[in-house]
Amino acid sequence: MSIYAEYANKIPKRVIDEVKDGVPESISESKLKKILDECVREYESSMVEAGEAVGLVSAESIGEPGTQMTLNTFHFAGVAEMNVTMGLPRVIEILDGRKSLTTPMMEIYLKKPYSKGENIRKLALAIKGTKLRDVASEFSIDMAENAIRVLLDKEKMKEIELTESSIGKSVQKSIKAYNVKLEDGMLALKSKSKEITLNELYKMKEKIKSMHLAGVKGVTQVLPVRREEEYIIITAGSNLKDVLEMEEVDATRTTTNDIFEIESVLGIEAARKAIIDEVFKVIESQGLNVDVRHIMLVADTMCTSGSVRGITRYGIVSQKSSVLARASFETPIKHIINASLIGEVDYLTSVVENVMINQPVPIGTGLPKLRMKKQNEN
Amino acid sequence: MLQEVIMKDIEATKHVLVPKHTKLSDKEKKEFLEKYAVSIEDLPKISVKDPAIGHLDSKPGDIIKIVRKSPTAGESAFYRVVINV
Repeated sequence: MSIYAEYANKIPKRVIDEVKDGVPESISESKLKKILDECVREYESSMVEAGEAVGLVSAESIGEPGTQMTLNTFHFAGVAEMNVTMGLPRVIEILDGRKSLTTPMMEIYLKKPYSKGENIRKLALAIKGTKLRDVASEFSIDMAENAIRVLLDKEKMKEIELTESSIGKSVQKSIKAYNVKLEDGMLALKSKSKEITLNELYKMKEKIKSMHLAGVKGVTQVLPVRREEEYIIITAGSNLKDVLEMEEVDATRTTTNDIFEIESVLGIEAARKAIIDEVFKVIESQGLNVDVRHIMLVADTMCTSGSVRGITRYGIVSQKSSVLARASFETPIKHIINASLIGEVDYLTSVVENVMINQPVPIGTGLPKLRMKKQNEN
Repeated sequence: MLQEVIMKDIEATKHVLVPKHTKLSDKEKKEFLEKYAVSIEDLPKISVKDPAIGHLDSKPGDIIKIVRKSPTAGESAFYRVVINV
């Protein structure tokens, strides 16, 4: 229908689709035009006025229900032994743009036939990162021979399908200064240099405990879960890049709750979407009602510079051009001293600085300015 | 190595979180800047190295049109300028 295409630039797709669904197919062109014209008029009258302080409205709309959010971290509903940060701490974590999360988490979707539950346990264990500590039952230092001995646990090795020789090989690969040998169920790491202190040996012993052997680095727990007709794997610990490269994984839907990981693997637009989804998920789970538009505005602000910036004095606030605006947020003296050192100029173009010097702020009716036409000189 | 990087980027574009990115041609770019009366510096930014635009062969100064799926408007267009970071 060409009439709808005519209006595509004037009203959003959602409105057009609604009209399409609502009108009978036999409607005449002139009537349809009338309806759409009315939609345009209604849409334009419901738009935000120029100069409206949308940021302020958003801040209040998110802040007010935020006071009612629980400060507790709950257990994951119905799932054993999975702890996830929820509530206000999680919202703060996202909006501050923290790089390290308290509970990083992934939801791994699988391709067929794995999504139907085939070999799901085995696959989950293959994703789980295994460290040397997980397959060893004892670490000891042999001072006479300058060696570290690791007693391997055969049962645990069987569970994750590792053999003694494969463990030995991967240990040797990452530690060059030691000779790795297998001695009936034991891994012996002998120092290549003769002169080695006990302290160094001890440090090495602690280091190899957390050596990565198999699986995906960073994933500490796995949990296969059934969700609406298919099986997915929920993990504690996150490593999106490595998981997406796995063949069994559905790389189009698998996500993590780590915004920065999404930014580096999928780009800034995906990070923006993830911020909206994550914040909205928390607010929804608390039974609160905040319009998505407010969250969208916050997410947009965090992502305008091309990389995710938190709403902190190191993040988006440091991007403000006005000295006074920056000083009014946090650590005022630092900002004012730095500005005076390099001779910064404040053009007083925004809100906060004008409030400070008691001048009309450029929002609402304060936004339009008068401009005079210069009279011709003759 | 280069081949590998390109392969990975195309995979990123298939992800549900990634909306459609397209590069504006020079003519479209001029029309866009005139229509909204903005200069290039005023636009939101996107890094050249962003995984979602790896396949577009873009350079700093290009404008990327992003068609987002919006929970309120159904679909909405957003524009970012490519920067060299």
